[in-house]
Amino acid sequence: MPPKKKSEQSLGADGATLKELLHSMLLQRRFEEKVGEAYALGKIGGFCHLYIGQEAVSTGIISMLRPDDYVITTYRDHGQALARGMTPRSVMAELFGRIDGCSRGKGGSMHLFDRNVNFLGGHGIVGGHVPIAAGVGFAIKYRGGDQVIVCFMGESVVNTGAFHEALNMAALWKLPCIFVIENNKYGMGTAVERAAAIKDLSRRADAYDGMYAEHVDGQDVMAVRDATARALTYARKEQKPVLLEVRTYRYMGHSMSDAVSGTYRTKAELDEYLKRDPINLLKAKMLDEGIISDDDFAAMEQEIKAVCQDSWDFADASPEPPLESLYEDVLVTTES
Amino acid sequence: MAVITYREALNQALREEMSRDDRVFLMGEEVAQYNGAYKVSKGLLDEFGEMRVVDTPITELGFAGVGVGAAMVGLRPIIEFMTWNFAILALDQVVNSAAKMLYMSGGQYPMPMVFRGPNGAALQLSAQHSQAFESWLAHIPGIKVVTPGTPYDAKGLLKAAIRDDNPVIVLEGEMLYNTKGEVPEHEYIVPIGKADLKREGSDCSIITNGKMVLVAMKAADELAKEGIKVDVVDLRTVRPMDVEAIATSVRKTNRAVVLEEGWELAGIGAQVVDYVQRECFDDLDAPVVRVHQEDVPMPYAKGLEKSAKPDLAKTIAAVKKVMYVD
Repeated sequence: MPPKKKSEQSLGADGATLKELLHSMLLQRRFEEKVGEAYALGKIGGFCHLYIGQEAVSTGIISMLRPDDYVITTYRDHGQALARGMTPRSVMAELFGRIDGCSRGKGGSMHLFDRNVNFLGGHGIVGGHVPIAAGVGFAIKYRGGDQVIVCFMGESVVNTGAFHEALNMAALWKLPCIFVIENNKYGMGTAVERAAAIKDLSRRADAYDGMYAEHVDGQDVMAVRDATARALTYARKEQKPVLLEVRTYRYMGHSMSDAVSGTYRTKAELDEYLKRDPINLLKAKMLDEGIISDDDFAAMEQEIKAVCQDSWDFADASPEPPLESLYEDVLVTTES
Repeated sequence: MAVITYREALNQALREEMSRDDRVFLMGEEVAQYNGAYKVSKGLLDEFGEMRVVDTPITELGFAGVGVGAAMVGLRPIIEFMTWNFAILALDQVVNSAAKMLYMSGGQYPMPMVFRGPNGAALQLSAQHSQAFESWLAHIPGIKVVTPGTPYDAKGLLKAAIRDDNPVIVLEGEMLYNTKGEVPEHEYIVPIGKADLKREGSDCSIITNGKMVLVAMKAADELAKEGIKVDVVDLRTVRPMDVEAIATSVRKTNRAVVLEEGWELAGIGAQVVDYVQRECFDDLDAPVVRVHQEDVPMPYAKGLEKSAKPDLAKTIAAVKKVMYVD
């Protein structure tokens, strides 16, 4: 391996890794822009919660995981699914409600699952998946493995009983769980200050002896990776659960039926956050350090746009699930 | 054949299945050091250790979710609720997670797990501790619901539940733990989804389940003294329900009483009556009569409580009504 360039060291990763991180974030961004378009055309139905603006969180954390680690998340799950390596085709086909979707058209936007990459789903009930994550942590410990489970959640989860119950058990039993609060400031239309009686959400961990916690800038993918590296040390090596509060922002409304700004937040606030866009921040550093050129970036965008268009075409061509599948997978039909 | 209690039968089922498969573990409040609030898990901690017999904090939603997560990645959890009354707190995990995971993942994540614990009223525990949840849970697709009424069925159904790759709810009768019955020492399974004809008769069917099986059997004894021969159909499983067994009995007797522990509205009995009218309309010689709990929260005072519950006298009266002999 050639020695690292000084510029690569200053950014905390080698050029190839940095390009992968940029690619992952850009793929999520362009993919979800396509999703928004498809939703407007009625190709995607139901609730649809976009992740745009938060890509450094999914990319920063998931890029540090091993393939045998587990990821579980909420209904805002497209970004993490792609970051985890689910194909744009399988995700888009699921959003279109087609048979080639990752959940065969039964789950939709809020319920992306892929066993092949240990992606344990998008879950639709606020807080409901947090005890499930503790259960995966319990199973890892039961088997004596050294994997971890990363559990993404929105900041409004910290106010639920499920959150407390799960963190208490994870700390009590020393489970290898990394609980990630994606603090995007709003639980639907309610600002975090109006819902949580504490400002520093990472301090919720103070209630549990043996839990490691920190908060991190969620617009800086390298900072998220650094925090994840520390979290992995605690969870994987020291067998301590971790609470990571990642401070980020979503540019879109809570869901597709929600205005981007105007009702519960101002356009001025949104504009402030746009200045610290996670993709632009990384791109600017890479340009500065000569890791990529504008042409490289343009080429990357072209390639990603083609992939996203391909996912759309694929989803559009995929058949609707056959009506015979209505009663499939309600129950397993073979006994163990 | 050994005569043992319902509690011991469940204990045997747990022991046998935990010995057979090391993916099976038991988790719940007081299941380990205390040996079980109702002593169903007696001795299991000593035998299997604290990783497989796990005391939890008092947090039903939380540990039910832990079971769901463990099942997602291949373990076979048995989640004990100290009573199903408390399990209402965990219904999100039962209904939104366990029951839906296979379907909404397009078949990727089966849920090989058991939720079990005492169900229904005991004595003078009043409203929050005296509820029968069969119809609540049976309403949900994606789970199976079994209601053993005898020690034999308790052991066989629990073993079947643990081996099933689906989430299975086991509703144990709180008043049944001390009841005794013959339970074979040899390996056996009671299949989920099959009703059992607990008694043969030709005059009237009593269709029932769970704790009410004993009441139905007693009613059959009493009625036999008056020359009325009753067929007792024990549903054993309320989801899926053995429609054929119900129809076979009613086609033979032409009369039916449905006896259940829970409330009337949208109760298990309502479903049975629906099956009977669809399958046996031309066979009926009298309208079907239901016996159930009165439509009130369970009162504390002895006399009020007795009058709120379905019992032997109400069951006998119902049979006589459909026989037109009262």
